[in-house]
Amino acid sequence: MPYIANTNEDRREMLAAIGVDSIDTLWRHAGVDMPAPDLSAIPEGRSEYEVNRHLAGLADRNAHHLTCFIGSGFYDHIIPAAVAEITGRGEFYTSYTPYQPEASQGTLQAIYEYQSAICRLTGMEVANASLYDGGTALFESIMMAMRLNRRRKAVLAGTVSPIYREMIRCYSQNLDIELVVIEPPDDGTSSNINALKAALDDTTACVVVQYPNVFGTLEDWEELVEYAHQRGIVAVCSVYPTALSLARTPGEMGFDILTGEGQSLGIDLSFGGPYLGLMATTKKFMRKMPGRIVGRTVDTEGRDGFVLTLQAREQHIRRENAMSNICTNEGLCALAAVVYLSCIGRSGFEKVGRLCAAKACFAREQLLAIPGIEPVDQAGFFNEFVVRLPIDAAELVGLMIDKGFAAGFPLGRYYPKRRNDLLVAVTEKRTREEIRALAVAMEAVLTPG
Amino acid sequence: MNLIFDKSRPGRTGSTLPKLDVPPCDAVPDTLRRNRSAPLPEVSELDAIRHFVNLSRKNIAIDTCFYPLGSCTMKYNPKCHERIAALPGFAGLHPLLPQLRGGGALTQGALAVLYEFEMLLCEILGFANFTMQPLAGAHGELTGIMMIAAYHHKRGQSRRVMLIPDNAHGTNPSSSAIAGFTTQEIATDADGNVDLDQLRLHLNDELAGIMLTCPNTLGLFDPNTAEVCRLVREAGGLAYCDGANLNAILGRVRPGDIGFDVMHVNLHKTFTTPHGGGGPGSGVVGVSPRLVPFLPTSRVNKRQDGSYSLEYRYPDTIGYVAPFYGNFGIILRAYAYTLTLGRKGLTRVGENAVINANYLRVRLAPHFDAPFDRVCMHECVLSATPQAARGVRALDIAKALLDEGFHPPTIYFPLIVPEALMIEPTETESRQTLDDFVDAILRILDRIETDPDSLLQAPQTYPVTRLDETRAARRPDLASLESSP
Repeated sequence: MPYIANTNEDRREMLAAIGVDSIDTLWRHAGVDMPAPDLSAIPEGRSEYEVNRHLAGLADRNAHHLTCFIGSGFYDHIIPAAVAEITGRGEFYTSYTPYQPEASQGTLQAIYEYQSAICRLTGMEVANASLYDGGTALFESIMMAMRLNRRRKAVLAGTVSPIYREMIRCYSQNLDIELVVIEPPDDGTSSNINALKAALDDTTACVVVQYPNVFGTLEDWEELVEYAHQRGIVAVCSVYPTALSLARTPGEMGFDILTGEGQSLGIDLSFGGPYLGLMATTKKFMRKMPGRIVGRTVDTEGRDGFVLTLQAREQHIRRENAMSNICTNEGLCALAAVVYLSCIGRSGFEKVGRLCAAKACFAREQLLAIPGIEPVDQAGFFNEFVVRLPIDAAELVGLMIDKGFAAGFPLGRYYPKRRNDLLVAVTEKRTREEIRALAVAMEAVLTPG
Repeated sequence: MNLIFDKSRPGRTGSTLPKLDVPPCDAVPDTLRRNRSAPLPEVSELDAIRHFVNLSRKNIAIDTCFYPLGSCTMKYNPKCHERIAALPGFAGLHPLLPQLRGGGALTQGALAVLYEFEMLLCEILGFANFTMQPLAGAHGELTGIMMIAAYHHKRGQSRRVMLIPDNAHGTNPSSSAIAGFTTQEIATDADGNVDLDQLRLHLNDELAGIMLTCPNTLGLFDPNTAEVCRLVREAGGLAYCDGANLNAILGRVRPGDIGFDVMHVNLHKTFTTPHGGGGPGSGVVGVSPRLVPFLPTSRVNKRQDGSYSLEYRYPDTIGYVAPFYGNFGIILRAYAYTLTLGRKGLTRVGENAVINANYLRVRLAPHFDAPFDRVCMHECVLSATPQAARGVRALDIAKALLDEGFHPPTIYFPLIVPEALMIEPTETESRQTLDDFVDAILRILDRIETDPDSLLQAPQTYPVTRLDETRAARRPDLASLESSP
């Protein structure tokens, strides 16, 4: 039998040692006395080779070869081979949560380094060991804000990812939480900062924004953060971490809580997961942060070492009063992120940013040169921008698939009044030729006849 | 200190990146420009590889030693699964592709994995449907409990009370609280089962449901499980099965058949996806027919022509618990495992897990306190109270096991057993390994007679000795920032 070591003889001897004559007797003594289920609908087992072949066949039925200009929060970046080499080490991926710190210093130190790298990247002071994804992290940040000031209203910019806003709505449905969403103006690509401010009052727990926003626009949040702080409101920012290669940090803008999707830091797109929920905060608020946290301490000989710490916040101790129900997080993805950030390195990460930004500018220029495509006002962006098409963007994207492109994300899916708007992301993977080919194909699709 | 940051030298780099092939330009406004690059490590690729390989050597893991961590099901993680998850057709697939117009055809292979695995799980566990979205066990709990809340809400009932046995994992009460319920603890009786008399006191119109771990966290199968489910359902509540311990009954008991309405399955336990040093996991959730309308959206549907599609229109859905379709890469590994095992292999998992645990129980119980001395399921819970009375606590035995080359069992859980040692061998271990483990425990128990002080100093064969956790919590050092020495 696959993955079972005991021989039939072992089984007989072990059953005898237990004092029963058969597995059926053992089940009965254990209290399992119902008839065995009918599993005839489950196929017979297959060999490793056959299963590989079957799944490789299914993998081939996926169109991963499309030239990808879709981002929308999830990006096709270069991942150095070194990342998989390290995360593929059995010592890392077949261990569990480091409950025995002496025998888990590898995982613990790597997570401490991950926490450090996230702080250095974002300008925050303390990061946790990860949450599930950017959306669950954003919800947890709202809960954290509510613990901090004991208020129950969250004001969200309508330029926060609609995927995340849906998740937050889902998690909030049984809780005493008021969610207020401030929709952006129908045109342009900016948030409605004045309306956001107007919605903040002394019952507001937190204001939640995204950077860059859902349209790819980089916005200066400093004034809003200050306005929030004057009213005792916690300022929360959800980030695309690769944008921080060039863009000013949320820490510098004064945000209290940072969250984000860490997928862009060396983690495969993998059809939606596993991903990496980033969360960081200030020293002042660290004891209210959910999730596992690794700290540095010393052993009995005075040597440096690492442990899980501040555990009094967690479910295994606080049970129904815990700050969150999270237990298992995304440890291996956090390891991937710190290996990625180490291998890409300080100058490499900046170069990734420059490549993305320059190629995005080039792509925008190429697309805007196509008759019928118009610019949409966008004060600044990193690697993702909006163009307005003469036709429904969903239709164009459908037509572009046949030409080998995932040409972008049609914004009409989230914002019904923006049916002709296409959100285009360009990463360092895209070449000049691919961008040119995108423009040529798009022009051909848009040219009547 | 030997952090990756300490190995940095200004100007050193490990990356090779494509040359800029377009005019240099960016659209970052001057006011939003980072004033200097992020202070990330500046190391060569060799430096980085050596650093992280050497860190890996400071870990023990399933691949290096026996890891009988109770309740965590640390079974062998087959290597072929890693290859499958890395196939470009899966690893490189953007999750938004099937949401494009005409995009359904682009991800038929991935949707097939989600759908076909869901159908297999329904057969294995006796449920009507599964959602693949929950990203971990606790996330699955929350999803399941939110469906229970939605069910009562839809029927216009405000049932607020969730019953949870006193031996439950801490995630149960905390998940229940986030779903808006008040939790009430139910005692365990002298045999380790749910106290039925106490249960009966709660059978009223306040009762929303019960969360039972099956088998329970004492490693025992409660023979009254079906009866507990029946009583709760008769009173208008729903029965939730925490599947953390599913490994014991895999192929032998279908939780849907014995009265559970909803159940989460930790794919990283029973379906052997790697634990990853603390995730990623997956906590897929199965439901009985009456909870199907409340499942998270989207769901995968199989059309009559054999093609697969994503469906969104479910008016009573609780909504989106994950950004997309769950931890796809994890689900993929679990699907490969299930195909490999087949129906006979699945049955052998449960059987051998239970045989191995009982073998350890009969060999070890005479040397400890056995608070519930009966045939166990996939794990046995012993109490080191006799040893503790002599000054050597469960913690010390655990640390001494590290020096013997074993990962220790779970200790001090469940909370209702003093000095608990919770030992889960799993089916993938051989009898020889179990015998070696017993011998190691017996050597440690001998040392309580001969040299108890040495046990208090264990472990001595690792890069560090016992760590000062109080100091870690009182004077938190949680990151190496640039200004740190």
